[in-house]
Amino acid sequence: MREKLLVIGNGMASVRLCEELLQHSPKAFDITVIGAEKHVGYNRVLLSANLAGDASESELELHDRAWYAANNIHLVSNVKAVALDVIARQVRLADGHVIAFDRLVLATGSVPLMPPLPGMDLPGVLAFRDLDDVATMRELCAREAQVVVMGGGLLGLEAAYGLARRGAKVTVLHLMDRLMERQADGPAARLLRAGLARRGIRIELLAQTARVLGDVEVEGVELSDGRIIAAQALVCAIGIRPNVALAQAAGIKVERGILVDDYMQTSQPHIYALGECAQHRGVVYGLVEPAYQQARALARHLGGDVEANYLGSLLSTHLKVSGIGLFSCGNFMGTAESQNSVMDDPQFGAYRKLVFEGNRLIGAILVGDTSDAAWYRDIIASAADVSAQRDMLIFGQDFVQAQPVQGGSGHAPAPRHAA
Amino acid sequence: MNSFTVKTTCAYCGVGCGVLAAPDGQGGAIIAGDPDHPANYGRLCVKGAALGETLSPDTRLLTPKIDGTATTWNRAIERIARGFEASIKAHGPDSVAMYLSGQMLTEDYYVANKFMKGFVGSSHCDTNSRLCMASSVAGHKRAFGSDTVPGSYDDLEEADLILLVGSNTAWCHPVLFQRMQRARESRGTRIVNIDVRRTATSVDCDMHLSIKPGMDSVLFAWFLVQLVESGATDSAFIGQHTAGFDAALAMAREIAPSLDQVSRLTGLDAADIAELSALVVGTPRLVTCYSQGVNQSAQGTDKVNAILNIHLATGRIGKAGMGPFSLTGQPNAMGGREVGGLSNQLAAHMGFSAPELDRVQRFWNATRMVQQEGLKAVDLFEGVASGRIKALWIMHTNPSVSLPRADFVRGSLGKLDFLAVSEAFSHVDGLLERAHVVLPASPWGEKDGTVTNSERRISRQRRFLAPVGEAKPDWWAIVQVAKRMGFGKAFDYSTPAAIFREHARLSAFENAGTRDFDIGGLAQVSDAAYDALAPVQWPVPADAGTPRLFGDGRFFHADQKARFIAVAMPALRETPSPRFSFILNTGRVRDHWHTMSRTRLSQRLSGHIREPYVEIHPDDAQRLGLKSNAYAQVRSAHAVATLRVEIHPGQQPGMLFAPIHWNEISGGGGRVSALMSPFTDPFSGQPESKATPVSITPLAMRSFGFLVARTRLELPRWLVHSRFTVVGGEAIIFACQCLPAELEALISNYLPAMGARSHMRDESRQVFRTLVTTRQRIETMLFIGPQRNESALDWTLQQFESPSHDEMARRALLAGQGASGNADRGPLICACNNVRASVITAAIAEGAGDVDAVGKACKAGTTCGSCKPEIKTLLAEFANQAQPEKPAPALV
Repeated sequence: MREKLLVIGNGMASVRLCEELLQHSPKAFDITVIGAEKHVGYNRVLLSANLAGDASESELELHDRAWYAANNIHLVSNVKAVALDVIARQVRLADGHVIAFDRLVLATGSVPLMPPLPGMDLPGVLAFRDLDDVATMRELCAREAQVVVMGGGLLGLEAAYGLARRGAKVTVLHLMDRLMERQADGPAARLLRAGLARRGIRIELLAQTARVLGDVEVEGVELSDGRIIAAQALVCAIGIRPNVALAQAAGIKVERGILVDDYMQTSQPHIYALGECAQHRGVVYGLVEPAYQQARALARHLGGDVEANYLGSLLSTHLKVSGIGLFSCGNFMGTAESQNSVMDDPQFGAYRKLVFEGNRLIGAILVGDTSDAAWYRDIIASAADVSAQRDMLIFGQDFVQAQPVQGGSGHAPAPRHAA
Repeated sequence: MNSFTVKTTCAYCGVGCGVLAAPDGQGGAIIAGDPDHPANYGRLCVKGAALGETLSPDTRLLTPKIDGTATTWNRAIERIARGFEASIKAHGPDSVAMYLSGQMLTEDYYVANKFMKGFVGSSHCDTNSRLCMASSVAGHKRAFGSDTVPGSYDDLEEADLILLVGSNTAWCHPVLFQRMQRARESRGTRIVNIDVRRTATSVDCDMHLSIKPGMDSVLFAWFLVQLVESGATDSAFIGQHTAGFDAALAMAREIAPSLDQVSRLTGLDAADIAELSALVVGTPRLVTCYSQGVNQSAQGTDKVNAILNIHLATGRIGKAGMGPFSLTGQPNAMGGREVGGLSNQLAAHMGFSAPELDRVQRFWNATRMVQQEGLKAVDLFEGVASGRIKALWIMHTNPSVSLPRADFVRGSLGKLDFLAVSEAFSHVDGLLERAHVVLPASPWGEKDGTVTNSERRISRQRRFLAPVGEAKPDWWAIVQVAKRMGFGKAFDYSTPAAIFREHARLSAFENAGTRDFDIGGLAQVSDAAYDALAPVQWPVPADAGTPRLFGDGRFFHADQKARFIAVAMPALRETPSPRFSFILNTGRVRDHWHTMSRTRLSQRLSGHIREPYVEIHPDDAQRLGLKSNAYAQVRSAHAVATLRVEIHPGQQPGMLFAPIHWNEISGGGGRVSALMSPFTDPFSGQPESKATPVSITPLAMRSFGFLVARTRLELPRWLVHSRFTVVGGEAIIFACQCLPAELEALISNYLPAMGARSHMRDESRQVFRTLVTTRQRIETMLFIGPQRNESALDWTLQQFESPSHDEMARRALLAGQGASGNADRGPLICACNNVRASVITAAIAEGAGDVDAVGKACKAGTTCGSCKPEIKTLLAEFANQAQPEKPAPALV
């Protein structure tokens, strides 16, 4: 009889784990997936593209129900897991069902952080987390509503861009003195701000929200310095909180996220966690690529591959706002010993910074044309010696592969004297 | 060429090529060689061919100036007249001087000379021809009793042996060199180059002899001895038509007593000497061409006479394919000589003897006739420094760049009570700012007159462009000043033709065959005939010109006999010392001319050699640790120059070569004439420009870079840099001892404030680049780094005229190179996995029928999935078998 594998969560990490399991050990497990949303697992990364109208809902769909059926995966949607008994190896669902498991994977993801401010409970306050949020935001756009986006990070800016693109009048409030302060340095943030401003998005920096105004629904936002910004909606995108409630209640070790080792194992040997709910070597990843890497490692581990492990991911950010590429990767703020190579072209909204330590590339920021992002990320990840390419590296892959032009002014037949 | 095409002559060297100029109606002209001109028969060298690129009005002086402020001609003329008069009154006429140029036309020259020597009363009227061929003049006069070039260019094509002595003919007289090459091909003429260095000329000749500097006379003394020993001399000619042979031969035997001694003194291989002397002895049709390697020497006149001696001894002179041939450097050095432009000439090839003074005084009705020779160029500026000369008028030349010890000359100009400068161009190093009056002079193309080339051929230089600004011809300016000083009656000219007629009359005045220069046949030429004047070789005593002189053995000493000269034992005036252990030789490069006022305006000419340099023998370079393209300081007793190093085996060990052209308008650090000693030949007064003892030491540069700009950007003079014209603007190459970061901080201040800037900086690598654009055009591009980056400069110049319309193009400019194949690979589709459209299309073509299959094949779309819609589009395009549209580049 096959082992029962239960996966709680039906997000991108969960789907990828299933795919990897089907590929590596298709016969090993009876798989059950529990999803809290009514939708089948979908591509959350494309939410902003969906909001902006660049991707349809069907394009977001990772797999349809038929796929689950065809692969003998038991999918339970639109219901939450409410309790976990690690000794009895059982999970109780909100509808009262109890599901037993041999092994459990927690892929519960994260929940949006909502600050405890007056008025946050008003209708019109929403997060940017799922398709329901996107549907609400579409309505706001349709009536050209004034929308305040709280949070000038990656998610907030993608939300702001999508909203503005669809007709909303958007103001972004950001607590810090520059946008995306954890993914961009000062010059990159300034270019980003200018690019957003050109797209009609108002940016308020050092904006501490005091309260949300309105009696029965959102009417505006008041900042701590007294400024009032009229709005019919507030999208809160100030960050995420790993969804650890189930694990915590079950006595599994939790810090910010559910603690896992290099095999994605929690403090309970038969229980695993991955994705945004997991904390590996002190890091909680909020991005899809680490989740995929974790899924791959975990699937191999579950399949009995004793060498399979996960050692962490290189952090990289890629802002997907049309026309404003922003990519950062690795230690782009540098160290005491690091050296920078910088290029900027403000007129074209372009900026690049590479950070070197010794002969290695350890960090990069690109603003503008980010088509070299993956190339830089791979170089950083490889920790390769780039001293031979050092002087050309900042110009991008096309230039490193290029050969310098041959000298000669076209008129001078005496190369001996050519300058 | 069009119906407005004008026949004129080239602005540059003494070959005097005929040029067809077809004005384009916009201030420029199309230039071609004149197929009918006997100097070149339609050929032009690269400098002449590029004349059309030098006609920009942007670089011209447009108005007269007094003390740097624009003024009227009337006031400027008044100021010069008062300046001269005040000096004459306070210090006598001897306190006034003029310094003229071999680029002036004969008519300008004539008026200047008459003004000074007949009316101002000062014979301190000299010319930059002093630096060029004064030794030839002196040598000719000693031997022939006249300053006569006996032969014609045709002789080059009729000779069986051509000796090129101290001449880089291939670069400095290219059209003549081509004529010689044709003779070599068609006739088998042998060409032998005798020079201290191997040059482009040495490449295209039959034999090259790298002679020790200053030792030419030893070789020619040996030839004389060998001619005698082998019985090849023409005893009849010597007996009937010459004097002084025995003394000259005796001296020759002393100088060249044996082949071994000749070999030792000249540094030449004995076998080479023997081979060449056998050739000289056995080849009657011998032409000896010589140039600045002979003339620019403290024993230049003796060198000339050593050459003339062998031609006189064999009677190989004035006959087809035979004769000595001085190749002059300037377009009208000969014309200047004809009017007496040198301070030791009076006028029309007359000197300062009492009868000659009397004759010219009567002809001119001179009111204040000079009585003796004046100061020669080097001494003239010594006179400026010592206070003997108080008022000076300089025309079309820049002694503060071109004279030896140029820094001293530059400094001495400040001691003048009055300095006037006639100049065509607005950027002149160290001269205009010191002048009390600056006159905008008509340059080539805007002035009318005659010039005489190296074969005595008088040609019209014709105007084909309207004057730019208020520019006026020099004769006109001098006439105005003369009138203002009360000499109006003697200066009542209204056209160059009127001046020419008077000049021709003077040449024939009481001549009767006693003077070589007689163009009396042209004295009655009408204005129309003058305009139509065909090139003609003087003398023109009646109707026709004269291709050759002296073939009949008649010379112009009183006894009609030529003189052999017993030349002195050759010795360099200054020899190397422990401190200055090298000998610096100087000269021209192929595509530049003098101080580059004109040639630097042409991008074509500027591209050949972009920077000043010093050439050194590989062994010396290795010993001193000098690397090619590194920099070195060349130091003499007078100045120091910083030059880029060229290692060249054509240099003799112990010798250096540096070109004379660069100055602080074309850069900083490369003004080579400042190094030269002011030693002159005792007969000609020509300075020794080819053998200055110097030291050379490496100068470690820590930063290198270039600046390309639309408009002239000034840089500090202490910075070692060189400017050159490019299509659309100017480029500057520089190097500095300071760190690149320090240099960047400095040079950034010189960039224009306007425009969009982009930067690339890498402090740890010391790389700093700044691009400034306006309306998507490069305005300036600055590269600074720890190494020379020539490929980046070439790339920048290639792109200079292209719009940089996107970020990628701008990035390529900052990269200093083009991207490879980016367009071919198509736009990036999958950013997560770095997959471009071409890769995806290839996967589809190989059977990937849907997004997942594409992902499996090439990873595209397998991470975040954002690109799946684009992959679908590519799939659809492939299915429709439509040509995939080129998606717009993913840029802002």
